Amino acid sequence: MSENQDSIKVILDKCTGCTLCARACPFGAIKITNKKAVIDLAKCNLCGACVTACKFSAIEIKKDSSPKKDLSQYRDVWVFCEQKKGVIQTVSFELLGEGKKLAKKLGVKLCAVILGSGIESKIEELSARGADKIYIVDEPELKFYQDEPYTNVLVELTKEYKPEIILCGATTIGRSLISRVAITVDAGLTADCTGLDIDEKDRLLLQTRPAFGGNIMATIITPNNRPQMSTVRHKVMKEAEIHKSHKSEVIRKKYGGETLKSRTTLLDVIEEIEETVNLSEADIIVSGGRGLAAPENFAIIKELAKVLGAAVGASRSSVDAGWIPYSHQVGQTGKTVCPKLYIACGISGQIQHLIGMQSAKVILAINKDPDAPIFKVATYGIVGDIFEIVPALTKEFKKILKK
Amino acid sequence: MNIVVCIKQVPNTTDVKIDPVTNTLIRDGVESVINPFDAYAIEEGVRLKERFGGKVTVVTMGPPQAENALKEAISLGCDEAVLVSDRKFAGSDTWATSYTLSCAIKKIGVFDVIICGKQASDGDTAQVGPGISTHLDIPQVTYVKKIEDISNSKAKVERMTEEGYDIVETPLPCLFTVVKEINSPRIPSLKGMMKAKSAKIAKWNAEDIDADPKNLGLEGSPTRVVKIFTPPPRKGGEMLKGDAAEIAEKLGELLKDIIL
Repeated sequence: MSENQDSIKVILDKCTGCTLCARACPFGAIKITNKKAVIDLAKCNLCGACVTACKFSAIEIKKDSSPKKDLSQYRDVWVFCEQKKGVIQTVSFELLGEGKKLAKKLGVKLCAVILGSGIESKIEELSARGADKIYIVDEPELKFYQDEPYTNVLVELTKEYKPEIILCGATTIGRSLISRVAITVDAGLTADCTGLDIDEKDRLLLQTRPAFGGNIMATIITPNNRPQMSTVRHKVMKEAEIHKSHKSEVIRKKYGGETLKSRTTLLDVIEEIEETVNLSEADIIVSGGRGLAAPENFAIIKELAKVLGAAVGASRSSVDAGWIPYSHQVGQTGKTVCPKLYIACGISGQIQHLIGMQSAKVILAINKDPDAPIFKVATYGIVGDIFEIVPALTKEFKKILKK
Repeated sequence: MNIVVCIKQVPNTTDVKIDPVTNTLIRDGVESVINPFDAYAIEEGVRLKERFGGKVTVVTMGPPQAENALKEAISLGCDEAVLVSDRKFAGSDTWATSYTLSCAIKKIGVFDVIICGKQASDGDTAQVGPGISTHLDIPQVTYVKKIEDISNSKAKVERMTEEGYDIVETPLPCLFTVVKEINSPRIPSLKGMMKAKSAKIAKWNAEDIDADPKNLGLEGSPTRVVKIFTPPPRKGGEMLKGDAAEIAEKLGELLKDIIL
């Protein structure tokens, strides 16, 4: 393959061999040889980190094609409002709050999109959360989430009304749905964002997200395609305030036939998370690890969680030991959570666990080992016996909460 | 039954460390491994073969060294392996990646089930699996925690949700993304390792998979990374001392705003 097919190059006259690019490269693809940067194309991912880092404009990435469609036709910020059994998920309210700010910067409308069956009563709720416009599709086939009818409807709406931005919670449903929609309409999609902003000059959505388990952050744009789509992590944006008097324009759409067809059939919906609340939506999580020593000792974790109205989390080792179901696992092969308070009890804090919880606002760690890595990320640390500390906390919080 | 498993080679996360001076990722000497979720995809593919007969083809898109990941997959029981590799794929986002893999799967030909891990540990997008099924226009079930049965060209599976799980029936061919709960991956057998050693890995480039060049790599990717930075590492805070009751009282005070 010839050199000019590659879309990144070092301009040798400008390169001083200063190593800034080599240090900025997250893929370790740049080495300095004979005082010049050399890019290992087998490792390079064309991410552009070196281009930003270079003070001498010595690295160029070939800027590609112009927009594939007329972008000016695309207007408004949409929030896909996920409902389950008629209950709108709180992440949707967080996105309406954030979406309002983006819409204001762009000078466009904030629109809520809701799909379901018998959801007419949701209009009031979405109006109060500040939506200027509500697109509602109310069909029996949309009662429960299924990939194909939901994708088809959202694709039809997108084609007809041309939003410039679509936001959606990074939930099980959100991630499955939005991926299909983005491919179908040739949109750019960025997963699991934790920060959104607008480049007002170019009307671009700046999407910031963690990668490599949060070890690096990347800001991503969609220059030439519309809509610009993001899934957004729970609990990082502030919920839209409620203004009961606020009124929205309502657009009711009907679809039939092929659009609502699903090749998959939903046979049953099983709910099994007992006394606890959904991990990703929880404000407080109390987690237990191997330090609990035996499965029955999860009782002290559950008790503390109950007093706080918190969800119960667990480390991988306690899940693998069969002490608690996998649905409670926090970390790389479990769930990534971002609560206001994370209480880690008897969890040593392996990197795989930290990846899943280190963006919590406050971390309280209790462990008998003073060298446990969990203390490196903990806001408050206690070296001690969880069987003494955790019940004492339960008692104290009960008192404060007057339970 | 023809089973296709898609995998990705990723840096081993336990090894990812931040250089305290330059504040960047230290990549030197970081081992590459099969994405942790893909280990469950490989295992499930092999188990389906054991339950229902057939063949497992493992496919990855990546640089030449990703061949090692494919060999490991063969040692775990996969029958054939395909490395899809071309400089033209560099800069692919999830749109272009899922397009490229869908072209490779079309070239593989007949398939009944495609299995992917729910997401990769480096990018964490969970978008490529659904992207492949959309490009191929086949149904998908994401976050699968159990494949109950496959018969009469239909599969009955359990999909993990935030509250529990759904039971879903889907016609074949279809794509599943799988979570950890689905199985416990085996370790390679001696026979498997011998097989991997001599296995021939098919290597396909953009032309081989009949891909449209404008859908590949940077050009085929709607998204662009404009900035990469290292977040300030989280610092350890205050260590609380005293007996349990004293500590509890102090925490009650410190955490009052959050818990009330």
